[in-house]
Amino acid sequence: MSICPVPVEHLYESLLTIRRSEERLKSLFADGEVPGFVHLSIGQEAVPVGISASLRPSDTIASNHRGHGHALAKGIGLDGFFAEVMGRSTGICKGRGGSMHVADLSIGMLGANGIVGAGIPIAAGSALAHKVANTDHISVAYFGDGALAEGVLHETLNIASLWSLPMLFVCENNGWSEFSPTKRQMAASLEGLAAAFNIPYSKIDGNDVVIVAEAAARLIGKIRQGAGVQILECETTRVRGHFEGDKQDYREADELQGLNKRDPILNCRLRLEEAGRDETWFQEIEQKVADLIDGAVNQATAASEPDPMFLGEDVYTPFQEGAPNHA
Amino acid sequence: MPEMRFGNAINKALSDAMAADPNVILLGEDIAAAGGPFKVTRSLADRFGVHRVYDTPISEAAIIGLGVGAAMTGLKPVVEIMFMDFVTLAMDQIVNQAAKARSMFGGQGSVPMTVRMPHGGGVSAGPQHSQCLEAWFAHVPGLKVLCPSNPADAYGLLRSAIDDPDPVIFVENKSLYAMKGEVPEDQGAIPIGKAAVVREGRDATIVAYGGVVSTAIKAAEELAKDAIDVEVLDLRSIQPWDEAAVLKSLSHTHRLVVAHEAVEAFGVGAEIVARIADVGFDELDGPIVRVGAPFAPVPFARSQEAEYRPTVNRIVSAIRRTLQ
Repeated sequence: MSICPVPVEHLYESLLTIRRSEERLKSLFADGEVPGFVHLSIGQEAVPVGISASLRPSDTIASNHRGHGHALAKGIGLDGFFAEVMGRSTGICKGRGGSMHVADLSIGMLGANGIVGAGIPIAAGSALAHKVANTDHISVAYFGDGALAEGVLHETLNIASLWSLPMLFVCENNGWSEFSPTKRQMAASLEGLAAAFNIPYSKIDGNDVVIVAEAAARLIGKIRQGAGVQILECETTRVRGHFEGDKQDYREADELQGLNKRDPILNCRLRLEEAGRDETWFQEIEQKVADLIDGAVNQATAASEPDPMFLGEDVYTPFQEGAPNHA
Repeated sequence: MPEMRFGNAINKALSDAMAADPNVILLGEDIAAAGGPFKVTRSLADRFGVHRVYDTPISEAAIIGLGVGAAMTGLKPVVEIMFMDFVTLAMDQIVNQAAKARSMFGGQGSVPMTVRMPHGGGVSAGPQHSQCLEAWFAHVPGLKVLCPSNPADAYGLLRSAIDDPDPVIFVENKSLYAMKGEVPEDQGAIPIGKAAVVREGRDATIVAYGGVVSTAIKAAEELAKDAIDVEVLDLRSIQPWDEAAVLKSLSHTHRLVVAHEAVEAFGVGAEIVARIADVGFDELDGPIVRVGAPFAPVPFARSQEAEYRPTVNRIVSAIRRTLQ
């Protein structure tokens, strides 16, 4: 019997922070304030929030191109996050990575990733480092169902299982591989792959944050105790397109209209209302989140873009006195 | 001074690095129990155990990716790619992940990973087991590329590669594995980016690296019979390469030949030649000549492979051309 590792109120606030942040990015992008490609995870917030409820700063995650929620749930600061996605010098990555490369190594967030599936072996390598260091830290690989077709996933499942790595594979299955339904892309299921590689597999409703948090608490607890690799498939919903500006004319009108019925925030709110939280409480949380995001966006907007003079910086680690490799 | 084979020098560098730093681990196909296809990692698993030396499945992309993640989490992985040709399967993890992490994450951290890979022909291994692909990596910002030519350098450069905070591609010419050479007892790390003058001369400079250095020395000895005095510069480090050392040699000899085993077109030599034609133009008294492989896949038949790789005669001809 699992129990939710943190109060549902905390989960709700985290869900709301991700949702409102991405809604703000949506409008900033429409206004031309966000360069490049932006892949929003609206509708999928319950997965990273539920997983992160059992993660510590010393645990590591590797993410994918739809990684805002993973980063924010792991604890990346809103100021550095917004400045990065808006391409400012004050961004967590000095404006060099943007939406697809947000990282905060100080909290174990090893990066969003522009290549489908590429974060998966990186998460496994991090799990190997945890194991070699003989800690009870764990690593999480976040990926979508589109990555099921990538060979590197299959390679990594094999190694993680052979070596019993302390890691959790988290598939956010939203049914879409970029612009194509995954059922037209993939002959196998994740459950089938899990069986093929002899890895324990669970599938849950990824739009119910309490269900995700309870499943994660159970699996992560087992991993910390030495049970080795686990797979968690979360059925979830991609509300927006593959990226902002995608009109989604490849999706049926019925599907698009039905998306909000599975909204993880409404779902969580109903739970809290049943537990006695009133409208005032929800308004206070809403205001708190809005103020934090306003502050972050205002700071980012006021910040400068990175000076082209520094574009060659950090290609290599700078000279350090006494380092053996520098003459 | 003790003599050691090139392969044993690499083994010793790995062993000493692992003894010096518990964060150094090895990953690769058949490297533990079997000691690798060239026996370079022989006995390391016995000495350091299976939690430091990992026999991986045949999964090049995943093992390089594991190296990246492990490096970002505090380890110093040394990953072996069995033949350089197989790195094609792992290009995303090297080029998009390892090389980019430091810059695209704003300098928050780096990827202290070394990727060892044997290149080169000479054993009739054919088009998929003999290529020299180092130019690909030298072209990618964020990677360092080393290629030693003798046992002492193999030891010293590999120690530097493992100590280096950035990802390093360490290229081993497989025709050198059996080469014997002196490795001082106290051989330390050799700095990355520093070339070595391995033969002094005043009439022309040959810049070479890896397996071609000894061929270049033989060519210089051949030309010495005609009283042509050739300087041989061993690049040792391809990215970064020692432009100052090349210019210094050129300021003595005023003639330059660049020789490597890789295909001549769009190669490492092309970069050196272009750069020297720019910053060293005033020093040049003759055309800069390149010696590399013809624009063809590495052949299998012995007769063709022998001519495909740079020969003493081809280097001699190149020197004579620049002296005309």
